[in-house]
Amino acid sequence: MNQTWIILGGTSTIARAFARMVAIRGDSVVLAGRDMDELEKIAVDCGLRGAPRADSIAFDARDPASFTPIVDLAKAEQGTVSAAVFVGSMPAQEEIDADPSLVDGTIADSFTGPARFLTMLAPVLEERGTGTVVGVGSVAGDRGRLGNYVYGASKAGFHAYLSGLRNRLGRSGVHVVTVKPGTVDTAMTWGMEKLPFVAPPEKIAADILRAADRKKDIIYTPLIWWPIMTIIRAIPERIFKKLEI
Amino acid sequence: MRWKTVDYAGWGRVHTATGEMARPERIAAVRAIVAEDPAPALGMRRSYGDACLNDEGRAIDMTRLDRILSFDDDSGLIHVEGGLQIGQLLKVFAPRGWLPPVMPGTGFATVGGGIAMDVHGKNHHGAGSFGQHVTEFTLMTPKGAKVVTPGKNAALFKATVGGLGQTGPIVSAKFRMLKAKGDVMVVTERRVSNWEDFLPLLDASDATYSVGWIDATATGEALGRGILEEAETGGGLVRPAKRGKRVPIDAPGFALSPGVVRAFNAAYWRKVPAKGRTVVKPIDDFFFPLDKIRDWNRLYGKAGFHQFQCVVPIAAAGVLRDMMEKIAKSGLASPLAVLKRMGDGRAGYMSFPMEGYTLALDFRNTVQAERLIEELENMTAGAGGRIYLAKDALSRPESVRAMYPEHGSWLKAVSKADPGKAYETDLVRRLKLRETQ
Repeated sequence: MNQTWIILGGTSTIARAFARMVAIRGDSVVLAGRDMDELEKIAVDCGLRGAPRADSIAFDARDPASFTPIVDLAKAEQGTVSAAVFVGSMPAQEEIDADPSLVDGTIADSFTGPARFLTMLAPVLEERGTGTVVGVGSVAGDRGRLGNYVYGASKAGFHAYLSGLRNRLGRSGVHVVTVKPGTVDTAMTWGMEKLPFVAPPEKIAADILRAADRKKDIIYTPLIWWPIMTIIRAIPERIFKKLEI
Repeated sequence: MRWKTVDYAGWGRVHTATGEMARPERIAAVRAIVAEDPAPALGMRRSYGDACLNDEGRAIDMTRLDRILSFDDDSGLIHVEGGLQIGQLLKVFAPRGWLPPVMPGTGFATVGGGIAMDVHGKNHHGAGSFGQHVTEFTLMTPKGAKVVTPGKNAALFKATVGGLGQTGPIVSAKFRMLKAKGDVMVVTERRVSNWEDFLPLLDASDATYSVGWIDATATGEALGRGILEEAETGGGLVRPAKRGKRVPIDAPGFALSPGVVRAFNAAYWRKVPAKGRTVVKPIDDFFFPLDKIRDWNRLYGKAGFHQFQCVVPIAAAGVLRDMMEKIAKSGLASPLAVLKRMGDGRAGYMSFPMEGYTLALDFRNTVQAERLIEELENMTAGAGGRIYLAKDALSRPESVRAMYPEHGSWLKAVSKADPGKAYETDLVRRLKLRETQ
């Protein structure tokens, strides 16, 4: 059955691919983010590709005042409402080390902002007893690494939050998917040195949609990251602390 | 904007380049690049030679700017970003009864690239070139976005259409889509037994879409034999084409050796019954037959290949026959030889089309092939024809000047739009197109 997707972080590369994909199959989209011009362009594109309704709305993970209108919009929606969270920010670890105040913003973008929003949205979904929440985390959240542990910590927090939310919403028929993408070929990773197993955003979007349709709980995408992270998680801390991976 | 050092190649994989590439996802990012350090814009890099290369320089990959910005259901007028692939446009709109007005042989080509090469399709004799359907496009300039129309900025318009990207990145374009009967093609295939029969059939064809496939290995009596395909859009249910087969590795040298090609061509020709037949095909199968096999350029092996494409005036058709003879005798040709009647439709100073016949062939990259192509090019020039710069990897400055009489007007407009020569590509440098003499 067709539904309406509220897509947070709608201008991100993966979100764009995901929005386009659900639009083509006939779902409606509401794109939420900061760059309104850009969101509107993506919304128009989704509409022309098949979304019965495609809108944009302001959302800033660091400004909870922007959350209420989106929750209200979800309340007013007639059919099934689903939410997909693509927000997050990843300043280089060296930048954070030089300016520790960046820690707060990183955590707000990748964890506390989305968590607060989803906590506000949860009763709306519970009441309807239908819909899906897609939370995009990261393989970086599976283990704190030298290279980006503040970002990793935010995503780890988000993973735990999603796990709890799944436990709660599952009781009323709302499904929560945790997505852990590896490195994706996005504007954020373009030009970064030697990334392993870089996947195109369309592949990630397709995996996410399949996981949502099949009510998977946690997915790694591309799948190669599941064995990789299984091994990385299994390394004893005594050894891991000396590694640079 | 972040830059990434990338090794890339033209579709024929003979020419390669290494350079820093940006891949903006927003038009604002293109604006920032052009204001700071302008560089040539590239699409899907389906040009065969070096038109899509800027070795040791920077380039902008436009492929993530691929949104549809507006569409008017009544008039068919569409506004899209420059990086949108023409095949994607077909996919979205064919089920609703609209087709891109002109489609080149690959659906991977972008709208921006289609304008910069003023591409033609199987309907050129009736519909003209891609650029003729463009009512407006937006160029990014150091001062910001500039809307260009054929009425208000005639010179800049004509210098951009077919202009090899030398006026700057095309961030968006408006053009009119064509109304179609449905999203399948009704194709009539006819066996043609030799060259003498082929041209009259092409001349007499009144089909909206037509193209001739030639067995370039046939000699003697059978010289120039082939299959004529004529097609119209139609309605009905056809199962979508299976896509996505990929050539995983570079094929060994013998894969397209003369014996293999001869056998393939003979079988292909006989596939169509002597009496001809009418088949219904999925729309993308008809327009983009080779797109079914991803990375088919690898079939030619590591050395890559050349595509030679020329157009000669109708009166010079005899020269084409001489070319066919030379090619058949050489034994160098590949399975892919295409003959088409062209109308006079062209929209830019440097556009390829002219009223006449266009012939396109692939050759594995060898010294003999290069020599043959040089001869074919001289024959083209002698016949008052021209070669297609989207395919060219071998030509020389003098011959291209002679083939493109409006080069002077183009150069004037381009020098004004880009005085710093920021948008020069390897092809433009090789052919000295930005130099006065």
